[in-house]
Amino acid sequence: MIRLDNLTKVFDTPKGAVTAADHINMEVPAGEICILLGPSGCGKTTTLKMINRIIRPTSGKAFIDGEDTTGLDTQDLRRNIGYVIQQIGLFPNMTIEENISVVPKLLGWDKARYRERARELMAMIALDPDAFLKRYPSELSGGQQQRIGVARALAADPPVMLMDEPFGAIDPINRAVIQDEFLKMQQELKKTIMFVSHDIDEAIKMGDSVAVFREGQLVQYSSPDDLLAAPRDAFVESFLGEDRALKRLNLVRVRDVVSDEIGTVSPGDTLATALARIDDFGYQNSILMINDKRQPVGLITRALARTTKGYCRDHFQNVPDTVSLDDDLRKVASLMFAQDTTWLPCVDEQGRVCGQITQRAMTHHLGSRFRPRSSDERQSDAATEE
Amino acid sequence: MPIQNLKGVLRLLLLAVIFFAGVWSQSSGVIDDFIFYLPDVQYLAAQHLWLTAISGGLAILVAIPLGVMLSRPSMARAAESLMQVLNVGTTIPTLAVLALSMSFLGIGTVPAVFGLFVATLLPITRNTYAGLKGVSPALMEAAAGIGMSPAQRLLRVELPNALYVIFAGIRTALTINVGTVPLAFLIGAGGLGELIFTGIDLYDPVMMLSGAIPTALLAIVVDALIAITAFIVVPRGVNPSRA
Repeated sequence: MIRLDNLTKVFDTPKGAVTAADHINMEVPAGEICILLGPSGCGKTTTLKMINRIIRPTSGKAFIDGEDTTGLDTQDLRRNIGYVIQQIGLFPNMTIEENISVVPKLLGWDKARYRERARELMAMIALDPDAFLKRYPSELSGGQQQRIGVARALAADPPVMLMDEPFGAIDPINRAVIQDEFLKMQQELKKTIMFVSHDIDEAIKMGDSVAVFREGQLVQYSSPDDLLAAPRDAFVESFLGEDRALKRLNLVRVRDVVSDEIGTVSPGDTLATALARIDDFGYQNSILMINDKRQPVGLITRALARTTKGYCRDHFQNVPDTVSLDDDLRKVASLMFAQDTTWLPCVDEQGRVCGQITQRAMTHHLGSRFRPRSSDERQSDAATEE
Repeated sequence: MPIQNLKGVLRLLLLAVIFFAGVWSQSSGVIDDFIFYLPDVQYLAAQHLWLTAISGGLAILVAIPLGVMLSRPSMARAAESLMQVLNVGTTIPTLAVLALSMSFLGIGTVPAVFGLFVATLLPITRNTYAGLKGVSPALMEAAAGIGMSPAQRLLRVELPNALYVIFAGIRTALTINVGTVPLAFLIGAGGLGELIFTGIDLYDPVMMLSGAIPTALLAIVVDALIAITAFIVVPRGVNPSRA
């Protein structure tokens, strides 16, 4: 857990005092990733660096797992915090193994232990220990170097990590891969992480919570979904972008929106039954046909059911794509647009139909919590939360 | 293949020149003259190297800590002006430094070593300072951020990464040092300068060359030795010659 209590930094510059971080109060629960988000010069990096005292706070305190860090020895404090920077900062004079082992060595681990740990970490970041441990950083690609940078930060298994735009200098394709790998690792490691980013998409993807900074102030601290649904002020809203409603599609899973009420027919039913059901359920165009294992096998269209006689099994069309409960709405929307349909069947892990997702339900779900900006309401919100 | 023919002709020509030079030197007695000076050369070369070793060694011992000190953040303000002073110092001709040194310390080995020491000090200090200042701020932040103490940062990160530049300074300084030692003869410290300057005064080219040629060879050998040391000592990851 990281807690910041009125953390403040004032820089003395030739132009006068500049408040880089102004009474920052926030708490990151253990095991979560908090993204510090904002344009450059907003104080997010200053706030991060005050936690490991790369920048000395002017006033205020930072607590780690309840302990006030003000009284701790700076070096001890830093050795127990994983630190990853954008420029990576691997030591070019050391091999990969030496780089990873720096902190364990500082902590006085014996050789067998830190060597074993280095191999373990290499496996974790999916790089072959035998191929890489003896190499030098200059012999690695940028993406590989930053993986090593993360491994170095994790070496002594610190409970807390600070990451300063760690993936900012990596090309977009590799960045997405590393982000995914990192999230997967985090699911097991459950570190408490503060993560600086200026990229809203990265923040939404990586963050359990997002703290938006502006001119040294913490403007809004909430979950990514709340942030997108209800930005506190015009600044946050403009920073999120005009497509913030669409960005939320990434965050919502099918299981949150699915309706388990779905009308179906079986191959043995007649088309007249199908037509009746289409009308009963109020479907516009078609009804899903499932087999006895409840797997989707086809579609019966209204036009066909009305004009033809016979059994469903002889007159069905191919079923459109199905979505599973863990897909995000972005994928669902994309499929709907591609197939010109307003609903899709949902299947569970065994491929059995368990409900349907409709465009109406999606827009309703997003819209129910989406608040257009109205300044009065926002200000009263801010007042109550502060 | 005209080019290959040309090469063959050149090679033959070179062999002929060497052959006739040998014939000439044998017949004119130059070789015997050189052999006459051999014991002198041996003795003076040892003295020469001794002067280089003492003055150069002292210079390294003083210059590197000085460079390290100047590169510390607490010295940032004073360092730039001090480096300017050192830069101006480099422009003073070594002969003038030796003359000044003689006027304070008299004649003999001590003023010579001191003069050479001063002349050698500057390039090493400058390169140490520049090398340490050139270490990327990102590395320094990473080193601090993972909890290295200032001393650990210096020894494990800064110096290893600056080592190649520091060695380049040592190499330049010592090579110049070897070439400057002959001047030390002028204030009574011996060295191969004894043969060179006496040879000039006596209008004896053989004597002069008996001093000059070994001096040149010594400079080349010292340069090569330091290059080899740098190759071995500087870590592979930051050693351009081993990349």
